[in-house]
Amino acid sequence: MSAPVLSRRLFLSASVMAGGGLLFDMAIPIAQAADASAVMLTAFVRIMPDNSVTIGAKNPEIGQGIKTMLPMLIAEELDVAWAQVRIEQTVVQESLYGPQVAGGSRATPVNWLPMRRAGAAARSMLVTAAAQLWGVDPARLTTGEGSVKDPATGKSATYASLAASAAALPVPDLETVPLKAPERFRIIGTPIKGVDTPAIVAGTPLFGIDLVLPGMLYAVLETCPVFGGTIKSANFDAIRAMPGIAHVLTIKGNGQAESLFDGIAILSESWWTANKARDALKIVWDTGTLTDFSSAGYEKAASERLAGKAETDIVRAGDVDARFSAAAKTVRADYSYPFLAHAPLEPQNCTALFKDGALEIWAPSQAPESGRKLVSTALNLPPEKITLRLTRIGGGFGRRLMNEYMVAAAAIAAQVPGIPVKLLYSRRDDMRRDFYRPAGWHGFSAALDAKGQMTALRDHFVTFGKDGKAARAAELGATELPAGLLPDILLEQSLLATNMPTGWLRAPGSNALAFAFQAFLDEVAEAGGKTLPDLLRELLSLKAEVPMGRGTFTSARAIAVIDKVCAMAGWKGGKGAKGSGRGFAFYFSHAGYFAEIVDASVATDGSVTIDKVWVAGDVGSQIINPLNALHQVQGSVIEGIGQALSGQKIVQTGGAVDQGNFDDYPLLRMPDAPEMDVAFVTSEYPPTGLGEPALPPVIPALVNAIYAATGKRIRTLPITADMLTA
Amino acid sequence: MAISFTVNGSQRDVAGDPDKPLLWVLREDLAMPGTKFGCGVGLCGACTVHLDGAPIRSCQTTLRDVAGARITTIEAVAQTPVGKRITQSWIALDVPQCGYCQAGQIMSATALLTQTPKPTDDDIDAAMAGNLCRCSTYLRIRAAIKAAAGTGA
Repeated sequence: MSAPVLSRRLFLSASVMAGGGLLFDMAIPIAQAADASAVMLTAFVRIMPDNSVTIGAKNPEIGQGIKTMLPMLIAEELDVAWAQVRIEQTVVQESLYGPQVAGGSRATPVNWLPMRRAGAAARSMLVTAAAQLWGVDPARLTTGEGSVKDPATGKSATYASLAASAAALPVPDLETVPLKAPERFRIIGTPIKGVDTPAIVAGTPLFGIDLVLPGMLYAVLETCPVFGGTIKSANFDAIRAMPGIAHVLTIKGNGQAESLFDGIAILSESWWTANKARDALKIVWDTGTLTDFSSAGYEKAASERLAGKAETDIVRAGDVDARFSAAAKTVRADYSYPFLAHAPLEPQNCTALFKDGALEIWAPSQAPESGRKLVSTALNLPPEKITLRLTRIGGGFGRRLMNEYMVAAAAIAAQVPGIPVKLLYSRRDDMRRDFYRPAGWHGFSAALDAKGQMTALRDHFVTFGKDGKAARAAELGATELPAGLLPDILLEQSLLATNMPTGWLRAPGSNALAFAFQAFLDEVAEAGGKTLPDLLRELLSLKAEVPMGRGTFTSARAIAVIDKVCAMAGWKGGKGAKGSGRGFAFYFSHAGYFAEIVDASVATDGSVTIDKVWVAGDVGSQIINPLNALHQVQGSVIEGIGQALSGQKIVQTGGAVDQGNFDDYPLLRMPDAPEMDVAFVTSEYPPTGLGEPALPPVIPALVNAIYAATGKRIRTLPITADMLTA
Repeated sequence: MAISFTVNGSQRDVAGDPDKPLLWVLREDLAMPGTKFGCGVGLCGACTVHLDGAPIRSCQTTLRDVAGARITTIEAVAQTPVGKRITQSWIALDVPQCGYCQAGQIMSATALLTQTPKPTDDDIDAAMAGNLCRCSTYLRIRAAIKAAAGTGA
């Protein structure tokens, strides 16, 4: 019954292999070699005796396709055929592998060159080994499909035959190792299927929840429904006496949501048994005044703030007051959106074993190194005493950038040394113990001149935070467009206090700000007698480039995707047949430029049908895996529609979250998934990520389409039928 | 007193609380974690298995309920002719993203095609609406069902 389901051997790192000659500062090879004559070349490449190549995939796989995509970059420059490649998830060790984070759509820009260089370095060493073997100039040698060839003599040697001598050579300078010209790519730019797809389809154990270790106990963790509450007392003994319960443990929190809250852990050989025992658990919580926090309270406070003066400026450019005084016309509207949960389908879980003063952790985490630091601090254990392994992850969406489940699993395991423990949240735990996309409120006003040109924009943003600083994922940046383009702009904010833990939800900030800004700009465009694409083209003509965060926003790239999507859909404005309409929006986030058009129909009962979506995006010079790129865009767009239309809204009452499962927090279902046309505009810029930037614009494109269909402005999410029947 | 039933053609005898859901019997007692826990209340479909050929939510079906029944899970569904076509189609179209819901999707889709070999779009909607996919792979699920049914992508 307790037989290991995922083989431990697969996860255990090996000692240096025979013939290793490990390059870089290699503490841990990518995994135990099945064959002692396998050879490591760089930290990522292992050449096997049968001339197959094992490539290490270092980043957390949450469904974004990175476990396939990063090895594609290595395989391309190593110059092997994809059919020769096997892929293994590496352990977590950023000192060896570089950043191991699934967040911010950053993996592509961060790894585009380093992964290719790792492959190219290994190839270069194999070529040098062949040149030495044959006594020829390496420059005359070629490679392909895992062999080095000498066209002059017709000689050929497999990588496997060269690996041992290659491994003894110095690593070439990674900054200057030659890379393939894009026209010679044979893997990059081709549709490659997910490496785990056959295993997923076969029901093979892959996910954190599937890992079973010998002697493992399951744990459930009861924490205070009111965020931040602490334990006064609990009926431990009654629970301990229940059949099948192995341990009942007190977890003493440190008051930090991202680390450890107070809780009671119940351990059993069966998760179902442990979870059932919670029904009998009676805990007296100390919640103090935390129960005062509520969504109704935030709504009231936000409208009071919007009626008054903002607390601080985010950006104040030009002379907004003068523009408003001189305006021929002004537009004013308030927008708001709710807290959202992440609701990944695999509930949060983590497996930990504390033994001989060291921790071993198997974590479905998007930011495992951050988790290791938190565990180290919370348990007062040196980081080097914590071994961290990744599992495949049943959906991330930003939820698993937080690691509180890892800290909790470690804290539980530390109390039962020698026994592996899997902490698994119930769906209700997962829904009520999230780091929520923060709600927000915007008081917009715009000034227009007599020709209908927008001359100034003001936004009073009411968000959450304290001491003048917005909470996690609750920020509005000083570079939020049209800031940087429009000379006269004022973005200012006021902060509300909350006990709700907030966090990054796919396209954080952007998933809400795109709705508010692009829907309001649609109102401004209409007031100026034009369409939103035309208003944006005017704004984008004001400046060619705007410095933004890590990079630069380039207006021409925005215009190109706007033009592209308008051409794809045959855009002539929003009006459609009775009850139907077309909406447009553009948004720049995570270095990606996306313009989207939605056709929607609204029935007399207020129900909305999406007839079609068109998407044009620019993420640089190269779509690395066109198959997965399309999947990411489709998933992002449908997720955005779900946020707007499925009734997703987290409500807080008495300091706690009301929603608990998919009945009161619905996800979009198959019948509502629309048809979609997706096109990529390639540009001269280095490739950037696709996990997020297609999501934000679909929400304003949808509400703008609903306006075109009905004349009703949607200024609050989620969209409900009563908004469209009133 | 153990309860007997067949799983993927093998007889299994499981002792324990007869109220334990089949989902957890499969995952914990029979070491078959292909069937997934998503919501625990029959809302997401991740735990779908076949009971005497019909798709059921294993989180809402107790050990007692399956006495004498024939259960098929994701681990063996490809051994049926329809299940084989469905899983091959899933691979051909690279349906999964995170993959967590896909066992349930495949079980629902296989049951649909077994019952209705040439489903219409409405048939597909009706059969699949109970299976959530948080990554929103719905467009490919629909296409993969049609490809397996030979009704075009």
